[in-house]
Amino acid sequence: MSAIKAKHQRLVLLVIALAALVGAGLLAAWALSKQASYFYVPSDLVAHPPEQGRAVRLGGMVEKGSIRTMPDGVTIHFIVGDGKARVPVRFSGITPDLFVEGSGVVAEGRMEGQTFVADNLLAKHDEKYVPREMKDMTSAQAKAVVADTK
Amino acid sequence: MIAELGLAALWMAAALAALQLIAGALALRPQGAALRGVIRPVAMMQGVLVALAFAALIWLFVTTDLSVKLVAENSHSAKPMIFKIAGAWGNHEGSMLLWVTIMSLGGAFVALVEKRLAEDTLIATLAGQAFVSLGFYAFLLLSSNPFERLPQPAPEGAGLNPLLQDIGLAFHPPTLYVGYVGLSIAFSFAVGALVTRDVGPAFARAMRPWVLGAWIFLTLGITAGSYWAYYTLGWGGWWFWDPVENASLMPWLAATALLHSVSVLAARNALRAWTVMLGVVAFSMSMVGTFLVRSGILTSVHAFAVDPTRGSFILILLAIYIGGALLLFGLRASTVTEGARFAFVSREASLVFNNVMLCGILGIVLVGTLYPLLTEAFGVKVSVGPPYFNPVSAIFAFPMIVVMAVGPLLRWKDDGARRVAPVLAIPALVALGGAGAAFAAHVALLPALGLGLGGGLAVASLLPLRGRNLRRTPLPTWGMVISHFGLAVALLGMASEAAFSIEKLAALNPGESRQVGPYALSLDRIDPVAGPNWTALQATVSARYAGGAPVVLNPQARTFANPPGTRTESALLTRWNGQLYVVLGEEGEDGRWQMRFWWKPFVPLIWLGGLLVGFGGLLALIGRVARDVKRLVAVDKIAFRRERQGR
Repeated sequence: MSAIKAKHQRLVLLVIALAALVGAGLLAAWALSKQASYFYVPSDLVAHPPEQGRAVRLGGMVEKGSIRTMPDGVTIHFIVGDGKARVPVRFSGITPDLFVEGSGVVAEGRMEGQTFVADNLLAKHDEKYVPREMKDMTSAQAKAVVADTK
Repeated sequence: MIAELGLAALWMAAALAALQLIAGALALRPQGAALRGVIRPVAMMQGVLVALAFAALIWLFVTTDLSVKLVAENSHSAKPMIFKIAGAWGNHEGSMLLWVTIMSLGGAFVALVEKRLAEDTLIATLAGQAFVSLGFYAFLLLSSNPFERLPQPAPEGAGLNPLLQDIGLAFHPPTLYVGYVGLSIAFSFAVGALVTRDVGPAFARAMRPWVLGAWIFLTLGITAGSYWAYYTLGWGGWWFWDPVENASLMPWLAATALLHSVSVLAARNALRAWTVMLGVVAFSMSMVGTFLVRSGILTSVHAFAVDPTRGSFILILLAIYIGGALLLFGLRASTVTEGARFAFVSREASLVFNNVMLCGILGIVLVGTLYPLLTEAFGVKVSVGPPYFNPVSAIFAFPMIVVMAVGPLLRWKDDGARRVAPVLAIPALVALGGAGAAFAAHVALLPALGLGLGGGLAVASLLPLRGRNLRRTPLPTWGMVISHFGLAVALLGMASEAAFSIEKLAALNPGESRQVGPYALSLDRIDPVAGPNWTALQATVSARYAGGAPVVLNPQARTFANPPGTRTESALLTRWNGQLYVVLGEEGEDGRWQMRFWWKPFVPLIWLGGLLVGFGGLLALIGRVARDVKRLVAVDKIAFRRERQGR
């Protein structure tokens, strides 16, 4: 064992620990810039489309009369709108209980071509449990959308 | 009457906490020596009073006293008894009372049994505990009174959120809370030691069982919470990186680091300041979690009521306690003398490395959890999920697992890499072989590495037992081996779930069937069924394993009336090699039923591993406490003999 003094050892440990934590912070910042999934309302999505395949969330109102079930019985197509723009959405899976036409929804997924492919749908559950994005959407229309669904 | 008694008990307990703090502060001065004797009894009495208040709340829920606001808003006379009791903490006020109850009982327990800690440090610790409790008493009494009466008794209660009407509610919150709040004891120990500047092996040995106890409960609480979310949400996942889950993971990471650094301090008198720092950080993470969950800035089944004043109240408490402790640490850390040295290859060095890795993961999770809140303040809405958390935390977790395999084989102080390298050849081969085979089978990078490292660690974690007489191996060593092995088991389960799960989504007519992994599943029929406070549609699904005899599964879609709500009840079939998971969806327009099936090979290993980790901790705790008791008895005997000889 080398003749490092206790004080020096403490300093070395401190530097290593700090370097590791700063490294973790930088790594986190870099990864967040790549991986955080942004929230869009349909008009934002049409105006500034995200990269194809990047995970994003889309929130708006399920257009009346737009839900179509495919022959496999589990894939649905529907349109999410906010009064200004409309985005076609595809989803395979069991829809949440309060997912109905004319009601608000947040879809987690990605753009593939002109279609938003959703992995997961969050519907307004009840008065107490509203998805966070739907409580105060950024754009005014979206707020109106939420007000409509109440 | 019971409600008023409960409230009175709570106020008196708060007053005793104030007394405990003041007496503690005075008793540490030479003039206040007369006060030294009151601290322990006051702490115990405070615990008794809070326990009474908690019992009063349980009584109000059991009898469904609808003149109490909390009962009227959260209970219902037709609820099954177990949910009446557990419903007492299935709401904001009740859960905060549970928090304060555990905190005060913890303090009382320390006052009752702690004999190893230097008397001065113990007094400072109990004063610190009282200081922390006071903030939460104030929070409870001023902004979240659980005993508030209604002007007019309600005709009937509003009931409990259907998602919470599950047997998990009876176990998961109390277990997790004992873990969270147990860390307040570690926090108070750290503060007490900073006040008296008494940080050394004796302090570490006294602190260790308390950290271990809190950590065991956190481990079990997280494991139970994960399994509950897995079977109750019907999404087939076992961890969602939801802020509420992260809120429980962060204290666990800090407590795990603390548990290991306190061992270094106890055995080798090194890592003094670092251990104290982790004691502060661990409970700070508990409070950050509470703030995230209870302030209403998150929406989840855990965020009961959105009330901004409560959020700011908790934020102020957070600032006082964390800020105050860090300030004290900053002032005193330089006076905590340096600990013993150790070489680059040694047990200490491996523990330091893993401490840093754990803190790295903690930082990653904290940043990812807070980032959406931060950006929202600037009007940008983002969410952060598995694509961030999984790979980024793996960058720290995987090296940590490698060192976990090596560390327990190293000697304290100084060791050579050459001595342990031959022993580690077998686990290294297992790891490389496992990861290589998984790659060859086109498993993705992270699960493949997880399978390899999990296999390697499973073997390596048993190596500390080689050449030992297993009967004479001390319990704490057994505990370490079992905990490390448990982590390997959990890792194998996680990797296997990620690598080999098979999911099938189908719309079926009764009589139709589908093949899912090794199982042929057929939907036999759909029937309406009724429970105590719900009705449901229930599917009868028969599962045949490779053409064998059918096993029946009954997934349900339940509808609750009070309050109105629905919940899917998944059906699980557990076999030694995996789990079959079946969810019933909606009826389509053409009369077919949506069904979702998963075959998840070896997924139960995740929770089995979690239980093993907790069980290992329990063995270590029993071993440590038994040794302490033996030592105390011996000390008493010597003192007794001396007294007799003196006469």
